[in-house]
Amino acid sequence: MNNAHPGLPEFDYVKPGSLAEASQFLVEHAGRARPFLGGTDVFVRMRDGFWPSDYLVDVKNLDGTNDLRFDAVTGLTMGAGVNMNRVIGSPVVAEHYPLLVEACRTVASLQLRSRATIAGNICNASPAGDTIGACLVLDGTVNVHGVDGFRKESLATFFLGPGKTTLKAGDIVTSVVFPVPPPESAGKYIKLGRNAVGDLAIVGVSVFGFPDPGKTSGYCFRIALASVAPVPLRAKEAETILANKPIDEATIAEAALAAMNACNPIDDVRGSARYRKLMVRNLTRMAASQVFQQLTGQA
Amino acid sequence: MATHQIYLTVNNSPEVVLVPSHMTLLQMLREKLALTGTKNGCAAGECGACTVILNGEAVNSCMVLAVECDGAQVTTIEGLAHDNLLDPVQAAIIDQSGVQCGFCTPGVLISSRALLDRQPNPTEEEIKEALLGNLCRCTGYTRLVDAVKDAARRQAQTMV
Repeated sequence: MNNAHPGLPEFDYVKPGSLAEASQFLVEHAGRARPFLGGTDVFVRMRDGFWPSDYLVDVKNLDGTNDLRFDAVTGLTMGAGVNMNRVIGSPVVAEHYPLLVEACRTVASLQLRSRATIAGNICNASPAGDTIGACLVLDGTVNVHGVDGFRKESLATFFLGPGKTTLKAGDIVTSVVFPVPPPESAGKYIKLGRNAVGDLAIVGVSVFGFPDPGKTSGYCFRIALASVAPVPLRAKEAETILANKPIDEATIAEAALAAMNACNPIDDVRGSARYRKLMVRNLTRMAASQVFQQLTGQA
Repeated sequence: MATHQIYLTVNNSPEVVLVPSHMTLLQMLREKLALTGTKNGCAAGECGACTVILNGEAVNSCMVLAVECDGAQVTTIEGLAHDNLLDPVQAAIIDQSGVQCGFCTPGVLISSRALLDRQPNPTEEEIKEALLGNLCRCTGYTRLVDAVKDAARRQAQTMV
């Protein structure tokens, strides 16, 4: 036996031949089996004694879950198995969804991004997940395969708590789908970590904006906050302020204050709740200003 | 506990290995194939000491199951030098004094090799991004970045 330390606890690796087989196995072994993609969160949690599982079910490369496709009408379909380096290196993602590229680039290191996936980041449902904010403001949905077949779920209602989602036993996220972004849109992700690169977010702010004649301000903004609530959070009140008033420095400051008041962070090893709140305000102001400058051509 | 017979190519050599489900690629390389140049540092995908090239991409071998590597091509530090000739990244890190304790060195060299394979003429930013996941606690990073620049020059010369 190989018990070299530190290794993973024992489990059986299962490689199903299809999504149907995978969902069936997961539901038959509910509570004892766990699906995984890159494994970069799952392995660490298991090694540390959390998430004991008798079976790890490899759901990469099943029935097209490794595809990355863009269509000018339906938008981007990113298979669950597409790793973050592939997202970063994709010309079509860079052209239409640069915010996804920007968010992926802040995740850990190049080696880890060879394995880590956006779908896994979503399923792991950490409030600190770097790519989740971009997925929320880009209006992402996930395709889920369960024992009853396929269904779609909006990310807006997907997250229930730290590590908790609406997924049930047997459910497998097969792809993340993004609509075609509105023309002339702009986005920004600002991440504050303990160091400049590679660390988990103390606070992360994703801002996405685009011209919208239907709004009083002429622009629609979407803002998502990471690491400052039990779930990845949309700052709706801040978004409303930016929609309803002519946008200038004072409006952006007011929206940033609203974002700060919307969040409900905790003290932890990476930062205090108070510091997080103050940083939400600062980073929202910075990110919204930069996006507005891009939208108005002042960048 | 399930074991799996996997077929893979390590450093251009075909291998057949019997691995338990929970064995990582890192453990397989060190314990089954005696390729101990690949180091076990944090075992959590943070330090980069265990970096190998898996199907053309740098990965943390502690974050990959061995069983996932059935059919894969793996390059470890032992596979860089050929015919008694050092790889340009190896020659450069020696000449640029980029080695002290040496524990991070195999991972650094593998990350450098993977970078030069996909981008033979990297910018300083690209070098830093490629080495960001390789923590060095003694030499510091300036000499490592210099070594990759030097290696790119050497590689370009040998290709002429």
